[in-house]
Amino acid sequence: MTPVEIPVEQWPGAVREVTLGSSYAGGTRGSAVTVGGETALPFLGFEGAMPHRPVIAVEVQDMHPADWSAELQAAWGDAMDDAAVWAQKAVEAGADLIALKLRSCHPDQGDNSCENAVRTVERVLAAVPVPLIVYGPGAADKDNEVLVAVAEKTKGEQLALGLCEDKNYRTIVAAALGNGHAVIAQTPIDVNLAKQLNILISDMGLPLERVLMDPTTGALGYGLEYTYSVMERLRLAALMGDTMTQQPMICTAGEEAWRQKEGRAEGDVPEAWGALAERGVAWEIATATTLLQSGADILVLRHPASVGAIREAIDDLMKGA
Amino acid sequence: MALSGLQIYKLLPQTNCKECGFPTCLAFAMKLAQKGTELDKCPYVSEEAKTSLAAASAPPIKLITIGAGDRAFGVGNETVMYRHEKTFVHQPGLVVRVKSDAADLAEVAGRAGAYSVDRVGMTLMLDGLAVEDAGGGAAAYAAAVAAARAAAPGLPLVLMSADAAAIDAALSGGAAAEKPLIHAATASDWQAMAEVAKKHGCPLAIRSENGDIDGLEALSEQVRGAGVEDFMLDPGTKSLSADLAAATQLRRLALKKGARALGYPIVSVATAPTWQAELVRATQAVGKYAGVIILDHFEPAMLYSLLTLRQNIYTDPQKPIQMEPKLYEIGSPTPDSPVLITTNFSLTYFSVAGEVESAGIPTWLLVADSDGQSVLTGWAAGKFDAEKIAKTVKISGIEQKVGHKKLVIPGHVAGLSGEVEEELPEWKIMVGPRDAVDIPNYIKNVWGA
Repeated sequence: MTPVEIPVEQWPGAVREVTLGSSYAGGTRGSAVTVGGETALPFLGFEGAMPHRPVIAVEVQDMHPADWSAELQAAWGDAMDDAAVWAQKAVEAGADLIALKLRSCHPDQGDNSCENAVRTVERVLAAVPVPLIVYGPGAADKDNEVLVAVAEKTKGEQLALGLCEDKNYRTIVAAALGNGHAVIAQTPIDVNLAKQLNILISDMGLPLERVLMDPTTGALGYGLEYTYSVMERLRLAALMGDTMTQQPMICTAGEEAWRQKEGRAEGDVPEAWGALAERGVAWEIATATTLLQSGADILVLRHPASVGAIREAIDDLMKGA
Repeated sequence: MALSGLQIYKLLPQTNCKECGFPTCLAFAMKLAQKGTELDKCPYVSEEAKTSLAAASAPPIKLITIGAGDRAFGVGNETVMYRHEKTFVHQPGLVVRVKSDAADLAEVAGRAGAYSVDRVGMTLMLDGLAVEDAGGGAAAYAAAVAAARAAAPGLPLVLMSADAAAIDAALSGGAAAEKPLIHAATASDWQAMAEVAKKHGCPLAIRSENGDIDGLEALSEQVRGAGVEDFMLDPGTKSLSADLAAATQLRRLALKKGARALGYPIVSVATAPTWQAELVRATQAVGKYAGVIILDHFEPAMLYSLLTLRQNIYTDPQKPIQMEPKLYEIGSPTPDSPVLITTNFSLTYFSVAGEVESAGIPTWLLVADSDGQSVLTGWAAGKFDAEKIAKTVKISGIEQKVGHKKLVIPGHVAGLSGEVEEELPEWKIMVGPRDAVDIPNYIKNVWGA
């Protein structure tokens, strides 16, 4: 019998490579992280390359997030009181990157100053050798102020600054452009909106080698399938050669999974849901694993147990890539 | 693989006799290719042509039914690689495995049969129980299968053994009537397994080792040659990366190459030493083409996650699950109860309804027709705007049911409050929270204040 001929898809396009973290020209990182570069769908080594493994960023906030799930509070404990300590613990748990959210600068969360935000970023940079993603507090005007201040004081570190949205990208892109950083472009689960924002950012002169796409993450049970399909479509378009979809993708699987009732409710839920101790982590693992399949290059996670499980999954999947 | 009109034409008599009702054989062939008519309209078609056409029009992945009765389930009949291309149709069966000599076999069987969760108005359940032969001989295995059947009546079964005699004994003991899946025929014992499957009319899984697709094809030909028509494919992979490669290749071969020998649904033995690793493997199997997924851990959190994921992935992307737009009464609302409005995307509805219900707050919940879109996407698409909100309020009859005129709109559309006030001048428009989970607090602390 003749051997079965395995159909192999040959793609003309490839995902761009984006590097975060630098150890020269002002950068102090012990290691850089490069993502992207795929010439096939995720982990299908029999038809193309996945030169860089997907990486895990662990979310750290600059104030104790009292509204987080009790499971997360228990997992990180007192480390949550100090972003630098928290970041160190996250690296010990297996984080390739730290995603630092400057939440205390939000007008509803104390309206902390830009100076303090910069100080926090510098302390985290000093505490860990891995590259940083820095998120503003999530209020448009304050995001601009804080991220510009951070970008200027960390020139050369090659941070990823987020979030750039269609109404709020110019200031952040300009700050990244002048200080050697990358940006995260977020659009609401839509292929064309994602393309459009990449075009707008690129038109400002920021090289696309410094742009990550955040397609907006829906958690398991809360819109995951929409994110999954939009990511598949974006990645297929990238491989088919559509240059404005060829950015590596970042997904906030942890935040979304732990925000849901399944990640928070203890007692007073059906027994079939299982205990919160297992359920929250299960929700995060299933969300993250599904997004790896649809092309996530960076997964932002919250629980150390999920970090461990997803690291193992990536180790295994890369054997096929 | 479907044939083109020209390919069909070559199989027809090409006499243009018109007896089929079409002016020419070519016109008839074109219509056949579009599935607009039936081949038997042609009185002169050859047997050979009938066979090739029937083979060509068969689905690329055969539909296999496991079990009998209410809980039987079908897998296969898939037509696309990516769900956005059309939709995935037959969700994979989730099956929990238990060893035939396990002391808690009956208990696990009972729990597997009874396990269920409600989500967005649907009841999600496990699909079956796999009884794995611990090697105690045919009689012991048959007894274990009988015990499992007694503990979980009607729950479809997967009979897992390398010993055809043990499977035969279990089936002869009464299990055959329930059409369990037999797992598995391998290169070394396929004759005996095929015989048992044929004798009892049960579907049969064939297994190769470590993703050996050539081996699966060879086995498929042999088993088909022996007269077994309903089977499934287990590529025998043992890691995530190998699972993914094999499942992708099998699906492609069936859909893109029309490989008949490989046009059957996949069995994924997704078991792992920890439930976390098993969840990862099974999660991948749900999205990546499995027809039956076998699990070892009865961990409710894992099962709930997988059932939810399966529901997500197998939802038709063109038809989000929708609610009927109307006024819903949550609890027993009175004229003093709060009035909330949201969209008719089922997940949105159930998130809101679930929160107020579990907080014990009787509520009037108005559901606007947003074509099944969520609040944010509905707003972005112009399906949930001030006009729609006002119209929903007016036609609902809510004005006659409450003594107040306070309407809570979702926090995500806070920007609409001014416009809604213009449309509904008698109402006080209040902006609620963005997330459903914060609604009970909002009603307690803001609404009543």
